[in-house]
Amino acid sequence: MPNIVFSVIARDLKLAMRRQADIVSALFFFVIVVSLFPLGIGPEVDLLRQLAPGILWVAALLATMLSLPRLFADDYRDGTLEQLALAPHPLGLVVTGKVIAHWLVSGLPLALITPVLGIQFDLSTDALLVLTGAILIGTPALSGIGAIGAALTLGLRGGGILLSLLVLPLYIPVLIFGAGAVDATVSGLGGEGHLSLLAAMTIAAIGFAPWASAAALKIALE
Amino acid sequence: MLEADNLECVRGERRLFSGLGFKLDAGELLYLQGRNGAGKTSLLRMLIGLLPPETGEIRWHGKPIRRQADDYHAALCYLGHLNAIKEELTPLENLLAAARLAGEALSVDDAIDALEQVGLAGREDLACKYLSQGQKRRVALARLVIDRRPLWILDEPFVALDVAAVDWLAGIISGHLQRGGMAVMTTHQLVAIPAGTVRELRIG
Repeated sequence: MPNIVFSVIARDLKLAMRRQADIVSALFFFVIVVSLFPLGIGPEVDLLRQLAPGILWVAALLATMLSLPRLFADDYRDGTLEQLALAPHPLGLVVTGKVIAHWLVSGLPLALITPVLGIQFDLSTDALLVLTGAILIGTPALSGIGAIGAALTLGLRGGGILLSLLVLPLYIPVLIFGAGAVDATVSGLGGEGHLSLLAAMTIAAIGFAPWASAAALKIALE
Repeated sequence: MLEADNLECVRGERRLFSGLGFKLDAGELLYLQGRNGAGKTSLLRMLIGLLPPETGEIRWHGKPIRRQADDYHAALCYLGHLNAIKEELTPLENLLAAARLAGEALSVDDAIDALEQVGLAGREDLACKYLSQGQKRRVALARLVIDRRPLWILDEPFVALDVAAVDWLAGIISGHLQRGGMAVMTTHQLVAIPAGTVRELRIG
């Protein structure tokens, strides 16, 4: 049965490789938004260090949001989503594959470039490591929760704005614990607790969100 | 064996049809007819299980399809209005991906054979966005060449095809019926299917 998950991941990755502009634009959005803050705030090192985790996380949320509307919309428009719904497997598994593929092309690149961007904020090595780890662990939850919003707004006009209104409030816990992990490390409390909670959110999101999305997709396909 | 019993379809405020039923055995073809907006596509979407009927029941081998969604979908091949092909992928990749998602083993050679049959020889490695409408439709139809699932549900399969391709597709469908398959389809062009028992159902 997990075969279907791998088939969907392979297909979505191949499609993403044929359409690299999407990946690159979300990544550049992240890089530019994060780089604007040090330029705007000026060379006040203490302030930058304090703001860094929040800024990087908010930019990561927004960059993830950018690619969400297309998660199901393309498949819906060309009829592939119908065929996926008719595959002899539960639709939730198909969506699990799509969520994992979405993370691989949207969340993972953000995490990989985070250490470089963090240098602009004069973060210590420890803080950089924890921040990168937090983004790596937390972004799958963003893809999972986002999939529910993308499925609910599928086929709606102006769905993009509705999608942000639905999904961004649900991202708040990830934002709090993601940014909190770095603060806790810097203040010497240790960020392990925050990272564990992030991991728990990610596991819950990857486990449950695809099934909720599948239910919403079935309504969209009626 | 596909059975439908007392189906009712309501879209928005309008009742499209009610009390509709039929029975389809191996080797039989059901032609759905009716004017535009009569509910042909809605009925097909009920039959594939994407649209729950207001009342009534659809049974596959005696069991309601909602109770055996995965088994039923494993026996079902649906071709809708939309081609369900990816513009960025080549015809060959599309065909292989569709087979994989349907859980069927398909070798590259068989896929190339199927594409040759639909007249796309030499275009296997060209991204589908460079193909014409009719050629895209042929990529979608290539799935039928290799498909051995017993129930085919086809929504307007002859649209956008030239005369030779219509004859070819009629041959593919009758081959399917001869193998003991079943088919349900809607069409506005009456095309003679040379084999199998043809039944007609008029909606609206």
